Amino acid sequence: MIPPRTLPRLFAGAGERPNSLTQHLDIFGGNSRVEDPYAELQGSGLLGRGGAGFPTAKKVELLRTQRGHHKFVVVNAMEGEPAAHKDFRLLSTNPHLVLEGAEVLARLIGADRIAICVARDNPTLVNHVERAVHERARQNSRGPAIDLHTPPWRYIAGEESALVNWLDGRESLPQFRRHKPSILHIGRGAALVDNAETCANVALIARYGAQWFRSLGTSGHPGSTVVSITGAVVQPTVLEVNVGTTLRAILESARADTSPQAVLLGGYGGLWVGPEMLDAPYANDALGQAGLSIGAGIVVALPRQACGLVESHRVVRWMAHESARQCGPCAFGLPAIADDLAHVIRGGRDGVSARTRLEERCASVEGRGACRHPDGVIRFVRSALAVFSADLDHHLAGAPCAGARDRQRYLAVPSLEKEEELVWE
Amino acid sequence: MGVIRRHGQFVIRVNPILCDGFGHCAELAPEIIHLDEWGYPVIDPEPIPLADVGALTSARYAERGCPRQALFIERIPEPGAR
Repeated sequence: MIPPRTLPRLFAGAGERPNSLTQHLDIFGGNSRVEDPYAELQGSGLLGRGGAGFPTAKKVELLRTQRGHHKFVVVNAMEGEPAAHKDFRLLSTNPHLVLEGAEVLARLIGADRIAICVARDNPTLVNHVERAVHERARQNSRGPAIDLHTPPWRYIAGEESALVNWLDGRESLPQFRRHKPSILHIGRGAALVDNAETCANVALIARYGAQWFRSLGTSGHPGSTVVSITGAVVQPTVLEVNVGTTLRAILESARADTSPQAVLLGGYGGLWVGPEMLDAPYANDALGQAGLSIGAGIVVALPRQACGLVESHRVVRWMAHESARQCGPCAFGLPAIADDLAHVIRGGRDGVSARTRLEERCASVEGRGACRHPDGVIRFVRSALAVFSADLDHHLAGAPCAGARDRQRYLAVPSLEKEEELVWE
Repeated sequence: MGVIRRHGQFVIRVNPILCDGFGHCAELAPEIIHLDEWGYPVIDPEPIPLADVGALTSARYAERGCPRQALFIERIPEPGAR
């Protein structure tokens, strides 16, 4: 049993190796459960930890009212963001917590199958999860069947409709949905897609109840959350923090630069924030007033000597490359936006016209893709233009900062496979 | 086709995955649909009243004339109407 108001919760009993089932039961206290997990889940106010922050209880309610026998629970541990390591750390510390949460969700919606999706590019993680799944299958043969699926890693492969489409035997590409929120189907069975961290939280709620869960966090965003911190840090760190601690405290405990030039919140579809936001509490309800959110729990600290625009350009170029190229505005618009940003960085008279063109293109592409990928990139570009506006003026005047001439880069961006593929025709 | 509805509104929407940028829609319904610099439709998100027969007719032409069948008309019922 974990006492209330204490951390770690999700990372309890962390060691070198992933905890086995017996260790897991020792740490979290046997097979004790609350009487009514559905009521506790509704009372807990758990927000999904995959990035959108959708209330999990609402999602479960939507799936509970669906008819049909062969429903699915899909655990999304794809981790598309290159700066995120939270699903990796969670599944290589307490894999059984995630699986237990998925079993609880399966019981709530009446699903008979659980699909846990891990990118095949991380063989260590695949190994850990495979071992845990086998261990569970040996211990109890009743309950829903758990299958491990390993789709290839892509940025958009973790998007829920892409994931479900892949599980249904087709390509892992996002699908157009007329109405949102809509219910995704694998074959004829409705599927509940939840992030791995959400599942782990559900397991804790089903063990200890909503009261216990709400003893940490804020009233609008309860619980604890896992943050991946990269950028200006001694080493990339994954921390479990109380929701509502300030950003500065998070950076301090990760031994990161506590006076960064800017901080990227929520990953590569997220937003840059300036140093004035460092004392804001790290919670969706507080950040939401400023139009921000914690997204998928990614914090990237940008050091003072770096050039924010150059770093943003690298990210945007990579994101343009990661587009599925299904929708025209995304396939053509994102490379065009990346090019405009390059012109802005180069500066001069071209740069001034490129800047207006960039803003026009952002306005014209926004909201015109089947998924939210282009919207995320545009949000990112806009926040970069706003936060680095002083630096932007220097670039446009033809006097770029020292960081732009330096070769040192701080944001983790995978290398493009084929540079020439970026402009796709 | 023959009935003119006076109540309610419609919007024309596009499935961006199916759309290949043929551009027929902008020619068939120029008052509703414009093309962006790559030839993909930009549609005004403002709902149009169903009583606007001219707009509805051209929206139907655009819907029928799309080579990819990517356009669809979505009716928005008025909150008070049954």
